[in-house]
Amino acid sequence: MSTAFDHPEYNYKVVRQFAIMTVVWGVVGMAVGVLIAAQLAWPQLNFDTPWFSFGRLRPLHTNAVIFAFGGCALFATSYYIVQRTCRTRLFSDTLASFTFWGWQAVIVSAAITLPMGLTSTKEYAELEWPIDILVTLVWVAYVVNFLGTLAIRKESHIYVANWFFAAFMIMIAILYVGNNLAVPVSLTKSYSVWAGTVDAMIQWWWGHNAVGFFLTAGFLGIMYYFVPKQAGRPVYSYRLSIVHFWALISIYVWAGAHHLHYSALPDWAQTSGMVMSLILLAPSWGGMINGMMTLSGAWHKLRTDPILRFLVVSLSFYGMSTFEGPMMSIKTVNALSHNTDWTIGHVHSGALGWVAMVSIGALYHLIPIMFGRKAGQMYSIGLINVHFWLATIGTVLYIAAMWVNGIMQGLMWRAVNEDGSLTYSFVESVEASHGGYVVRVLGGAFFLTGMLIMLFNVYMTTRDAKKEAAVAAHA
Amino acid sequence: MDINDVRGLGSVFALIAFIGIIWWAYGSSRKQRFKDDGDIPFRDNTEMPADDDKDRSK
Repeated sequence: MSTAFDHPEYNYKVVRQFAIMTVVWGVVGMAVGVLIAAQLAWPQLNFDTPWFSFGRLRPLHTNAVIFAFGGCALFATSYYIVQRTCRTRLFSDTLASFTFWGWQAVIVSAAITLPMGLTSTKEYAELEWPIDILVTLVWVAYVVNFLGTLAIRKESHIYVANWFFAAFMIMIAILYVGNNLAVPVSLTKSYSVWAGTVDAMIQWWWGHNAVGFFLTAGFLGIMYYFVPKQAGRPVYSYRLSIVHFWALISIYVWAGAHHLHYSALPDWAQTSGMVMSLILLAPSWGGMINGMMTLSGAWHKLRTDPILRFLVVSLSFYGMSTFEGPMMSIKTVNALSHNTDWTIGHVHSGALGWVAMVSIGALYHLIPIMFGRKAGQMYSIGLINVHFWLATIGTVLYIAAMWVNGIMQGLMWRAVNEDGSLTYSFVESVEASHGGYVVRVLGGAFFLTGMLIMLFNVYMTTRDAKKEAAVAAHA
Repeated sequence: MDINDVRGLGSVFALIAFIGIIWWAYGSSRKQRFKDDGDIPFRDNTEMPADDDKDRSK
């Protein structure tokens, strides 16, 4: 973290810190993912140890990949993009530094408390109330710093990527606080203020918008800057980006009810959740098409540029999973897919294929710049290519295994004999899933190996850059 | 007039706002302006001091 690479105008330090930690937490979070995937295939790997069991490590995995890996990627890229598209330094270096150390403290607290079994039991919101308060403080500092930077911009127009980032951080603030409102009874235990069906609806209002705003709007912000930069041409249609921005952010908040089909939630609320989810296909594909078409006339670059390949394949997975999502929200389809591995496959087609790949592409563009090099000038371009194929094959293995498992489970659970009794017991569907679980471990291991190669490539890039800087200082 | 009328009006308002956004984004008098706005990422080409990323694509 040498000061030799500091930019005279921009705050690159905080970007560099978050960028490095994105790679580190990516490795950690995905390693835990591979471990718990292995536990599902071979349950003995629990070792009969409570803190090492699937139930405690699963939230550790989700929190690590969403909030540690994804969160650091969003902080790094948003701080970078807002400075460069506003052509001004961050509003406050102190707040930037606070968000970095505060966010790392949140991650470490999560890594300690979740294996201990301290959890509020809300999915993707498991952290107990003292950590929630720290998250809120860091988040407010982030929002103030980001909006403050927009306020002092030297560019008259606010570039579309910043609109997506602003929407993401404001909505996450509202949703996170709303869902986590709780009455503490001790330092490590609290009870939600919401109860029953309302609790379920509030939970998925948050849960689906963690997807819609944290994992979609924020990463579309990344897409709208790094795809044009890496392709060397402006976004296909800036006007489409405006329409699809407003459509996306106004519809996403209504879709959460599709997580509660055939539940105690009123039928009209389930149906409206389904309808909104179906409408969501249009703005989602608006973004996908806009990103893809940016490549028109520059497709040949894909042959030689593995960074661009990461970005474009991420858009393909985005398009695929935003088609699959609305389809799965249809109640009759959901009757088959709900509670099966199909859902897990869908999430990972978005999380590995879209979120991770677009972040990885952006980081390969960004990290060399943070160390005084040109965009994309990593230690080894060949290793980026190896990473690309490992990530792509790993994702395909993962989602294909979960499709097969999910549809098989759904069909087995609903199969009935002529006399109306169930054809299969539950455990028979578990046994039949074993093959898919093993393939999933393999797919996850592919993806993790790619991340380890990235970590090596990043380390070598920083080492070389520091050497060059030392030589330059002597000369 | 009960709460459901307000909800209905809310939907109508949202539709009008959305049509307004499309009109604003696709209005021909703003065509050039939005084309220029799309170039913002390229206006600042100094990723680092004395760096020009125009020659980045080999």
